[in-house]
Amino acid sequence: MTAAQGLFLVTAGVAVIAAVMVVASQRLVHAALWLVVTLGAVAVTFILLDASFLAMVQVAVYIGAIAILIIFTVMLTRRVMSDSGPQANRTWWLAVFIAVVMFGGLMALLAQIPAWWHATPPVLTASAEFLVEDLGASLVDVDRYVVPFEVASVLLLAALIGAIVLARPAETRDRLVDPWGPASPSAPAAVDHAQDAFDGEAK
Amino acid sequence: MISDPFATLGELLRELLVSLGLQAPQANALVNFLGAGALATAVLLLTFLLIWVERKVLARLQDRLGPNRVGPFGLLQTIADAAKLLTKEVIVPSGADKLIYYIAPPLAVMSVVGLWAVIPLAPNLIGTDVNVGVIYLVSIGAIGTLAILLAGWSSNNKYALLGAFRSVAMLISYEVPMVLALLIPTMLAGSMGTVAIVEGQREMWFVVLAPLAAFLFFTSSMAEAGKAPFDLLEAESEIVAGYNIEYSSMAFGMFFVGEFLHGFTLAALTVTLFFGGWLGPGVDQYTWLGLFYFGLKTAVVYFAVIWIRGTLPRLRIDQVNAFNWKFLVPLALAVVVVTAVADKLAAAQGWDRTWTLVAANGLMFLFTIVALQFYARSLRRRIQTRLAAASAAGAR
Repeated sequence: MTAAQGLFLVTAGVAVIAAVMVVASQRLVHAALWLVVTLGAVAVTFILLDASFLAMVQVAVYIGAIAILIIFTVMLTRRVMSDSGPQANRTWWLAVFIAVVMFGGLMALLAQIPAWWHATPPVLTASAEFLVEDLGASLVDVDRYVVPFEVASVLLLAALIGAIVLARPAETRDRLVDPWGPASPSAPAAVDHAQDAFDGEAK
Repeated sequence: MISDPFATLGELLRELLVSLGLQAPQANALVNFLGAGALATAVLLLTFLLIWVERKVLARLQDRLGPNRVGPFGLLQTIADAAKLLTKEVIVPSGADKLIYYIAPPLAVMSVVGLWAVIPLAPNLIGTDVNVGVIYLVSIGAIGTLAILLAGWSSNNKYALLGAFRSVAMLISYEVPMVLALLIPTMLAGSMGTVAIVEGQREMWFVVLAPLAAFLFFTSSMAEAGKAPFDLLEAESEIVAGYNIEYSSMAFGMFFVGEFLHGFTLAALTVTLFFGGWLGPGVDQYTWLGLFYFGLKTAVVYFAVIWIRGTLPRLRIDQVNAFNWKFLVPLALAVVVVTAVADKLAAAQGWDRTWTLVAANGLMFLFTIVALQFYARSLRRRIQTRLAAASAAGAR
C-alpha cells in the first residue's frame, strides 16, 4: 500500500464517520458542523485525485454555504436548536431499505465500467492547467455541455427570482410603485421618510 | 547565491537533509513542511509590528501620538499587550458549546494565515503555486465566515449571535463582487495561479488595464476584512461588540490578530493581483529585490487601508448591503462582461491591448458617474416633493 492509498483510506473513513454523525448528532448545529467535516474530507479526496479545481470549488461552494445553513437552522427551529427529540420516526425502515437499494444499484452500475476492477487506474497525461481550461471550454462547447450548463443557469435564475418574490412582504410590494407608501399620515413621519431616503435607502 | 538566495537556501537545506541520510522524497517533504511553518510563523510575528503600525498611523491621522511609552517609539506596546492577554483567564460563558467555542478563534486566524500560502513574495518564494490559486483565496475566505458564525453561536449570547448573523450577511454579500473582480486578473493573465498572474503583469500592471476591477476588489476585500467603513463585525456602539463579545484572554486575542493581519493580507493580495506583485526593475538578476518591491508596494497599499479606516465613519447595515447589491454587484458584472469583450476584440482586431482596455474602463467609469448622477437627482426630486407636501400638511 502506498502512502497515497493510506491517506485515501483515512480520508474516506473520516468522511463516512462524519456523514454518520450528521444524521446521528442531537443538535442541529453539530450536524451542520459534521457536514463540514464530511465535505472537507471529500475535498481532500479530490486533491488526492489531482483534481485541485474541484477540491477548491467543493470548499468554496459547499463549506461556504454551511454558514448559511446554520443561520437557517437557528431561524427555523424553536428553542435555539437544543432540541432533544427522537432521531428517527416510524418510517425509518423504509429509508434504510431505499438507501440499501440505492447503494446496491450504484455499485452494480459502477461494476460494469471495465476499468473498475483494474489494479492500476489509467494515468492522466494532461497537465493540471490544461484540465481546468478543458473544463471551461467544455461548458461553452455546443457539442459538449453547453445545453445542460445554460439550463442550469436558467434554473438558478428562476430560484433567485422566486426567493425575492417570497421574501418580499406585501407592504413592500406596494411601496415599489410609490416609494413612500400610500399616503403620509402626518408631517413629521413624511420628513422622517425623506431623511431616510437621503441617508441612502428607506428602511 | 547572490542572485537567487531563496532557491539556493532551499537547495542547501535539501542537500543537507539528504547528506544526513534521508531519502530525496522525504527530504523534499520535510523542506516543504519547514517552509510552511516558517512562512506561517513569520506572518504571525509580523502582526506584532502591524498592530503597532496601524495604531501609530491611526493616531497620527487623528492628531494623537499613539503608543509611545513601552520601548523606543512604543514599539514593544503590542508585546506588552499580548503578555497581558496571555496571563488573563479564558472565561467560558455558561451554556456555551465548549468545543465550538474553542475551535472558532484558531479557525479565524487560520483563514487569514492560509491566504499567505499562495501569495508570491518574490520569484521562487511562494508557499505553494497551486494552479487554482484564485479559487483557493475564495474558499479560504469562506472558512473565515464560518469561524465568525461559530464564535457567535457557541457563546450562548444573543448579542453575539445577532452580531454574527449580520456579519455573515455582510461577508457573504461582499464575496460576490470580490469573486467577480478576481475573474478579471484571471482573464487577463489566462491563468488562475498567482505566480502566472504576477508574470502576466510584466508588460503592464493590471491596475492600469482594469482600474475598476482593482477598485472593486479593494473595496470588497476591505469589507471582507471588516475594516472601517465596513467594520460592522465589531460595532461597539451598536450591539455591544459583535460576535466576539464573550471571548476573553488570548481567545479574543486571536480574533484581534486575525483582523489586523487581514488588513495587511488584503493589501498584499491587491498588490499581487493588480500592482504587479514582486515585479520591478532588476528583479530578474537579483531575486531578493522582489521581496523588497513586494514589501514596498504592500506597505503603500496598507497605508491606504489605514487611511480609509481613519477617515470614513461606520456605515449602517442597510447602507452596507444596499451599497453592495445595488452598486458593486451590477458594476462588477458589467466590468466582467466589458473587459472580456474588449480583451477579445483587441486581440482579434490587432488593437493595442492597453489602450483598448483603458478606453473601455474609462467609458464604464463615465457611464457609472452619469448613472449615479441621475439616481441622485431623482432621489433629490422625490425628497423635495415629499418635504413640500409635508410642510403644506403642517401649515394646515
